[in-house]
Amino acid sequence: MPRRLLLAAFSLAAVAILIGAPSAFADAITPESGGSPNADDIDTLYKLTFYIGIVIFLLVEGTLIWSLVKYRARRGGVADQIRGNTPLEIGWTVGAATILVVLTVVVFLYLDDIESPPASGPNGLSASQAQFASVDQPDPPKSGGPILRIRVNGQQYLWRYDYPGEGQLFSYEEMVVPTNTTVVLELEASDVIHSWWIPKFGPKADAVPGYVNETWFKVPEEGVYRGQCAELCGSGHADMRAKVVAVSPDEFEQWSDRKRQEIQAAGEDLAEQRKQREESEGD
Amino acid sequence: MEAGTAAGERRAARPEIALNGLRPERRGWLRWLTTTDHKKIGILYLFATFIFFILGGVEALLMRLQLAQPDNTLLDPETYNGLVTMHGTTMVFLFVVPVLAGFGNYFVPLMIGARDMAFPRLNALSFWLLLFGGIAFYTSVFFEPPQAGWTMYPPLSDDAFSAGGGVDAWIFLIHLSGISSIIGAINFIATIHNMRTRGMSWGRMPLFVWTILVYSYLLVIALPSVAAGVTMLLTDRHFGTAFFDPTAGGDPLLWQHLFWFFGHPEVYIMILPVFGMISEILPVFARKPIFGYKAIAASTVAIAFLGLLVWAHHMFTTPTPTVVLAFFMLASFTIAVPTGIKIFNWIATLWRGQIVMKTPLYFAAALPGLFVIGGISGVILAIFPVDWYLHDTYFVVAHFHYVLFGGSVFGLFGGLYYWFPKMTGRLMSDALGKLSFWLMFVGFNVTFLVQHSIGLEGMPRRVYDYDESLGVGTYNLISTIGAFVLGIGVLVTVVNVLISIKRGQRAGNDPWQGNTLEWFTTSPPPPNNFDVVPRVRSVEPMKDIRREVAAAATPGETVSQPVAPRSL
Repeated sequence: MPRRLLLAAFSLAAVAILIGAPSAFADAITPESGGSPNADDIDTLYKLTFYIGIVIFLLVEGTLIWSLVKYRARRGGVADQIRGNTPLEIGWTVGAATILVVLTVVVFLYLDDIESPPASGPNGLSASQAQFASVDQPDPPKSGGPILRIRVNGQQYLWRYDYPGEGQLFSYEEMVVPTNTTVVLELEASDVIHSWWIPKFGPKADAVPGYVNETWFKVPEEGVYRGQCAELCGSGHADMRAKVVAVSPDEFEQWSDRKRQEIQAAGEDLAEQRKQREESEGD
Repeated sequence: MEAGTAAGERRAARPEIALNGLRPERRGWLRWLTTTDHKKIGILYLFATFIFFILGGVEALLMRLQLAQPDNTLLDPETYNGLVTMHGTTMVFLFVVPVLAGFGNYFVPLMIGARDMAFPRLNALSFWLLLFGGIAFYTSVFFEPPQAGWTMYPPLSDDAFSAGGGVDAWIFLIHLSGISSIIGAINFIATIHNMRTRGMSWGRMPLFVWTILVYSYLLVIALPSVAAGVTMLLTDRHFGTAFFDPTAGGDPLLWQHLFWFFGHPEVYIMILPVFGMISEILPVFARKPIFGYKAIAASTVAIAFLGLLVWAHHMFTTPTPTVVLAFFMLASFTIAVPTGIKIFNWIATLWRGQIVMKTPLYFAAALPGLFVIGGISGVILAIFPVDWYLHDTYFVVAHFHYVLFGGSVFGLFGGLYYWFPKMTGRLMSDALGKLSFWLMFVGFNVTFLVQHSIGLEGMPRRVYDYDESLGVGTYNLISTIGAFVLGIGVLVTVVNVLISIKRGQRAGNDPWQGNTLEWFTTSPPPPNNFDVVPRVRSVEPMKDIRREVAAAATPGETVSQPVAPRSL
């Protein structure tokens, strides 16, 4: 009797944990999200699969543990000599296949939203801010505001970001982007393979030397989003961090103007120094 | 009484394979060095691979120590990356694959009623190639171990970024262990096709033998791809070619295709024979026939076939067209069906049985329970948009440890406890076995369940260090504690083996009332395995024999062969 009581208490506790856990640790058992619509879709897709998985998990573990407890050998007990059951076996084969077909349909319903960059929002970077519209840019996939294409280059052990437009604009490690604007990243690497990932933005994408890979995000809120390289790239791999600072489109404009001027000034400075050195060497 | 008559017959028996007469057996350690007996080679395999398992385990514990708290400074990044690479390589190439060759070597000939493998000397060659491959690889510890991960992706593994000899030692290991496995696989295929005893048709072949056959075919198909890959890497590194060097027109993704065309079937190479093992163990301890023998055999073949078509699901984050990603996602989904069939069949085997709760059953029954978690996370990972988030995080680490530790290693320990009495003539301690099981089971889940969360929180794998702001410090500490409990659990089994090998209770021929022919002979079996092999009339020949013996026995007469020495 105490044993049965113990078992009951144990299963009650297990059920309580299973019911309580999702709300208490929701963050710990689902992907990060909120930084971009594709991250939210990935989160939803993950959760759907996870819930189906939980049902299957409980079914399998339940029957397994029940069989192990219930059918322990007893004195004089005789095991049923069952060799199979064709309808049952066909049943669970078809059942498993059906779940996967449903899952496939669900995945394809979400796929386009995750994969294709949408148009920028109305309060994103506006079309009049023409300096970011590069000529060779392909048409936006859906009608709407312009998208910002940033070329990302992975190098041991930092990221370089090159912005489009008149006058050079680039930065290292910290990427500044406008909110509500679709940002498409064109990923390259100049030495070994790296992988770009900001968890709150959802997808990661490998930067492979010799290839250009693509991913996108669209940040709804201002803030700092952190991530790190996700493909082993050498001894500094763990320290290859990435940081995205999302600011309002106006602030972004100011930042980019200032930065462009700084870069230009630095370039002119350098040219001036070189000229002076050449002159002094020429003397 | 039984030993006397059996031994008398044994001396008179003529070996089946006698090309130039039977060589006299050497004495002492030379006996082990020169042996071509499949059982001795099997023991050598098991012994050597278990040493490598311990080494790989120590490497894992060192990594867990480093990760126990954020910003830890116990190990420097070079050492950590070396440990990552050594651990993965050791567990895959020097433990799980060859330990299965060890079990296969010992038990396939016994289970099919043969007197040795088809090519005994090639068999010895297989083992020695593996051992020297392992030694060559481990000598790199004394100069510079490889640091590019067990997947050895170029350009990182190319000479420009990994100049030291560690990568070359790794290539050497892949070649030697690869040749070893291919020779071994051909040997298994020849043995299983040609040397089954009278009456053992395909439909009466033990499921473990089925899985070893499929394992062998997979090795023959998959290994040449990685052999080609590592040869190209070697010439890239030293002879000026540029197969994988993008600066000279090469393609780093070519390596990933070649590697994973081998690497994914390798996963099934590592798990299918273990599925076979527990398909032998569960019916014996449930006192029931296996549920759906044909479905289990067929699903093994189906998994192997589909397993050859899913390699690019390791490459979902590379620049690859969506249609390709979709194909590999669907192919990966499909594998869930035959795998699910197996899990249901195992549970149905226990259903309405009379389950004898011994250590082998504990480990065997844990396998479906743990593997299902790895299976579910596997389906989640197969959805490529979701994989874009989870790829190369600790979620993946958790996933494949549920498959390879929760699946393969738990099954292997079940196999060890199940077959140890056959190999040594002595039973392992059941109390220590159960203690080891519970420590391993709890330790394993504490270590790896929480790693799903570590990955979901955003921690990538293969990092020696993480920031406190990531918020995974506590999870990592839990995981480290679990790893040490797991380690102690493994240690208890090591102690159990050491004690039982000398002092274990005598097992007799058939301590578990087994179903298959290895239990027909003595424990340990004589060099020629069998003096006579019964004609096989079903998939459970020993059950038939016990029934016949029981029917023939008249009261008062003692039955000498092959009844269990004591009731269970």
